[in-house]
Amino acid sequence: MTLRKRLLGWLADAALIVYFVFALFPIAWMVILSLKPTNELFSTYFSFSPTLDGYRTVLGDSEGIPFVRFFVNSLVVSLGAVALSLLVGLPAAYASARWRFKGSENLMFTLLSFRFAPELTVIIPLFVLYQKLGLFDTYVGMVWVLQLVTLPLIVWIMRSYFADLTPELEQAALLDGYTRKQAFMKVALPLVKPGVAAVSLLAFIFAWNNFVFPLILTSNEAQTVTVGALSFLGGDRPKYNLTAAAALVSVVPPLLLALTIQRYLVRGLSFGAVKS
Amino acid sequence: MGWRLALRPYVLIVPALLLTCGILYPFGLGLYYTLFDFSASKPQPDMVRFENYETVFTQEAFWNSAWVTVLYAVGAAAVETVLGVTVALLLHRSTIVGRVLEKILILPLMIAPVIAAIIWKLMLQPSVGVINYLLRPFGLGGVQWTDTPTGALLSSIAVDVWVYTPFVAILALAGLRSLPTSPFEAAAVDGAGWWYTFRRLTLPMLWPYVLVAVIFRFMDSLKVFDIIYALTEGGPGDSTVVLQIRAYLEAIRFQRYSFGISYTIVLWAVVYLAAMVLVKHLGKIQRKAAEVSAK
Repeated sequence: MTLRKRLLGWLADAALIVYFVFALFPIAWMVILSLKPTNELFSTYFSFSPTLDGYRTVLGDSEGIPFVRFFVNSLVVSLGAVALSLLVGLPAAYASARWRFKGSENLMFTLLSFRFAPELTVIIPLFVLYQKLGLFDTYVGMVWVLQLVTLPLIVWIMRSYFADLTPELEQAALLDGYTRKQAFMKVALPLVKPGVAAVSLLAFIFAWNNFVFPLILTSNEAQTVTVGALSFLGGDRPKYNLTAAAALVSVVPPLLLALTIQRYLVRGLSFGAVKS
Repeated sequence: MGWRLALRPYVLIVPALLLTCGILYPFGLGLYYTLFDFSASKPQPDMVRFENYETVFTQEAFWNSAWVTVLYAVGAAAVETVLGVTVALLLHRSTIVGRVLEKILILPLMIAPVIAAIIWKLMLQPSVGVINYLLRPFGLGGVQWTDTPTGALLSSIAVDVWVYTPFVAILALAGLRSLPTSPFEAAAVDGAGWWYTFRRLTLPMLWPYVLVAVIFRFMDSLKVFDIIYALTEGGPGDSTVVLQIRAYLEAIRFQRYSFGISYTIVLWAVVYLAAMVLVKHLGKIQRKAAEVSAK
């Protein structure tokens, strides 16, 4: 280790720290803002007497914004969307990984194209359609439209997991007198269990973080936290502490889940294009 | 039994197909609507064929939106690529500092973009925001971040960069960790300098990974909505009205459904074309990378 090398190493570490300050400061600042009492919101920056009043107000619905219900709504529609996607997506992913048949590639790429379609292309017609069908501002309507987010993700990533699995194990099971269905349920599926868990969590995160669907397709009953958090910014005197508290409460579930699936993120975020 | 075996994959795929159709149906319906002059004030619309598209392409507003969208997408994708690859290279050295920081790298990426925009909106507020407070010692305490056209665009790109740089970084890091070691060993034996090794070996082999990240980021930022909606709502004036925001204003705020959808169809076509070009390019880059790693 020459002196020059060591200095360069320190510089590189310093550069990393600078980036991470940029990455983490906004989150830290939200924590600070959310703990501020209303009367100290704009008088001081870093010195204040912390209070949980902001959280009490947000979670106590006392601003006329039923935030707890929005939180429950987010939970329900995200879970519902993931469950439905798993139900139809797992068999489809398995079939497309194991058999080449007419139209399978086209179907796969149609699914992938959803990932890159401008959401409003589908939402505006749905906005009109949902009013007619009575699906506007309902759980069913939200779960349905969230398939646009969760289904392509689950099918593509699970397909890459199934494709990595050697087919011999299933063939051995078939020779032992298993039916195809049993081979899938008892051999293939358990082997990709970690993949299923990770992709489900990732799909949940994306469904939870979605904003444009609930913005346009819900008004109150089925509204979610992402839209709810924005409503605290309304009015002529935005309540910074409440907005920050609402924002933090909204990001807790995705952040906690994300830290548990770090290892699977690369494959998940790149739709199976990059494997770590 | 034979015919049942042949049918099996279809049976497995039918539910997914039905769901797919459930999403394709509104898309088709949208396309159909664009041929009419359907709006809230005209619930019994007339067929106008391609008039909506003609109007879109002759509107000053459309070309302004298209320009803003391209600026945003190119700006965000470029900064995220350079910053993300840099962060990945620094983390790849695997010092103690790097190993600790890598664990928290993905945090901003998991925050909903709309929430990220809310957070930055609070921080960028000119009079009471914390950013101007921190800049005051440097004599920059009065920057009107989101109240000037250029500032608003740069601020929204900054939020995009804050959220999505980790995306590029983790893909690039995965790439760096999967590079073959033999070309590097050979270069070290030859006494090649850091810059030469980086230019001739690391970068060409890393490109395929980076390009996947670039494709995702560029195509996603062409259809940006959440960040702009929460941060600037397209303002000031129409300096940050990207195409999806314009479509939203037309269809939802002014209730000109047909016209709003026409905007999104045009955007969809642009995204589709961009994807085709980029994916073709990806193939070339991958072949080049394979050549370098084979050396």
